[in-house]
Amino acid sequence: MKIYDARYVLIGLAIFVGLFTIPFWYNMGRAVPPPDPKLDTPVIQQMAVKQCVLPLAEIRTGHMQLLNDWRTWVVRDGLRTYVAADGKTYNMSLQNTCMDCHSNKTQFCDQCHIYAGLEAGTVPYCWTCHIAPKENQ
Amino acid sequence: METSRRNFLKISGVCALGLTALPVADVFGESDLPKAIKNPQALTGQHWAMVVDMKKCWEKGKEGCKDCILACHAVHNVPDIGSIKEEIKWIWTNHYENVFPGQENEYNVKNLEGRPFIALCNHCTNPPCVRVCPTQATFKRPEDGIVMMDFHRCIGCRYCMAGCPYGARSFNWRDPRPFIKTELNMRFPTRERGVVEKCNFCAERLAEGLLPACVEACKVGALSFGDLADPNSVVRKLLASHFTMRRKPELGTQPNVYYIV
Ligand code: HEC
Ligand code: HEC
Ligand code: HEC
Repeated sequence: MKIYDARYVLIGLAIFVGLFTIPFWYNMGRAVPPPDPKLDTPVIQQMAVKQCVLPLAEIRTGHMQLLNDWRTWVVRDGLRTYVAADGKTYNMSLQNTCMDCHSNKTQFCDQCHIYAGLEAGTVPYCWTCHIAPKENQ
Repeated sequence: METSRRNFLKISGVCALGLTALPVADVFGESDLPKAIKNPQALTGQHWAMVVDMKKCWEKGKEGCKDCILACHAVHNVPDIGSIKEEIKWIWTNHYENVFPGQENEYNVKNLEGRPFIALCNHCTNPPCVRVCPTQATFKRPEDGIVMMDFHRCIGCRYCMAGCPYGARSFNWRDPRPFIKTELNMRFPTRERGVVEKCNFCAERLAEGLLPACVEACKVGALSFGDLADPNSVVRKLLASHFTMRRKPELGTQPNVYYIV
């Protein structure tokens, strides 16, 4: 079998493959450090048993669902108290409950979200309305 | 193995019957999961309403007093844009002929000239804004009748503004944050560009056992808030002992804000 203009075709192919895989070359050898969410806020440091609203594994993977439920319960159903599995109660509020403990948004929430490539790293469409905690760093 | 058609149908039938039992199992299985409950200290009512005593406001209040408006707008981080066209308001004042159009005559208009009337969302029993909202971002709470907004669902189409006959809704034409002139209330969210907003009868305060901010702020007691379903409530007592008016009754929206004039 004969390829017409084999030379040009092959060069073209090589350039195409090279361009197509630029993202891989671009990032090669650059290890992105895994996120390191900090728990050293004043409120958490004062806790005797350091635990979140849900057990660690559940809150880590499921906090967006929890926030979604809280939002529905508060805004649409008029319920504002959450009873956790261990019987503890929480005021269901992103701004007033989550962020009271996690008052270091840039060192906590944003750490993971930037790593996970969420838009601008900050879940921007919550914080245009909900007021992010003041941080002095 | 051979199965007759008859046997196959029998087994299928039994299996289908088993499936119908699934929802029952779900109901029993779920009972002890974490749950959301109402705040124990919340004020509860079945039919919230407000009575605005304009006489008290004019006779006992200071000239030009805006306590109710300032309190509401501070608590809810309502911006002061500084232009009528883009104004954001939850509670405001207007002239008699604009608040009660069609009920003016040349004498009462004279008498009431320069007298401010307090206006806010009427939390109608039959709210047109709720009917026209395509996303159900605005809805009537079944338990107490508050016409609520779920800002998360608002797409900014402004049908509700066209539907509301009272002008109770404002649109955020721009980012409101730079225009919040009062000290930011860190406990309540702001809004963002592209959503509509209005009075929420202080749903977030009722949940904590507090009266609406405007009612609390009025030093002369011109604003009263209570449950129409309770014959002993302040609002029922006021309605029983005074002649009251509502805005644009001919529209059939059944407002829940009453005026003593
Ligand atoms: C009472 C204080 C408190 C509240 C309220 C709270 N958290 Fe936490 N949160 C913690 C603590 C302490 C940990 C660490 C738990 C552990 O290490 O077991 C944690 C862990 C987490 C983690 C996992 C971090 C990791 O390293 O993987 C996420 C995500 C999180 N919280 C999100 C939230 C969200 C969202 C809310 C609101 C719904 C919330 N938290 C409310 C104290 C709190
Ligand atoms: C342990 C890492 C981690 C921490 C800490 C963390 N998040 Fe997340 N969060 C994630 C990941 C990963 C996603 C994306 C999940 C996905 O895209 O399916 C996410 C998604 C979300 C979403 C949904 C966003 C969307 O676009 O759907 C919200 C809301 C959110 N996080 C809020 C918070 C808040 C508030 C905090 C701080 C209190 C926080 N998260 C802390 C890892 C984290
Ligand atoms: C357009 C403005 C706006 C945006 C954007 C927004 N919220 Fe809200 N949210 C509000 C308002 C207003 C309330 C009502 C607060 C109240 O009644 O106490 C609220 C209530 C809530 C509540 C329950 C009460 C509370 O104080 O937290 C949760 C949870 C919540 N939002 C989560 C979220 C999350 C998660 C996002 C982002 C994915 C988000 N919201 C984005 C305006 C917004």
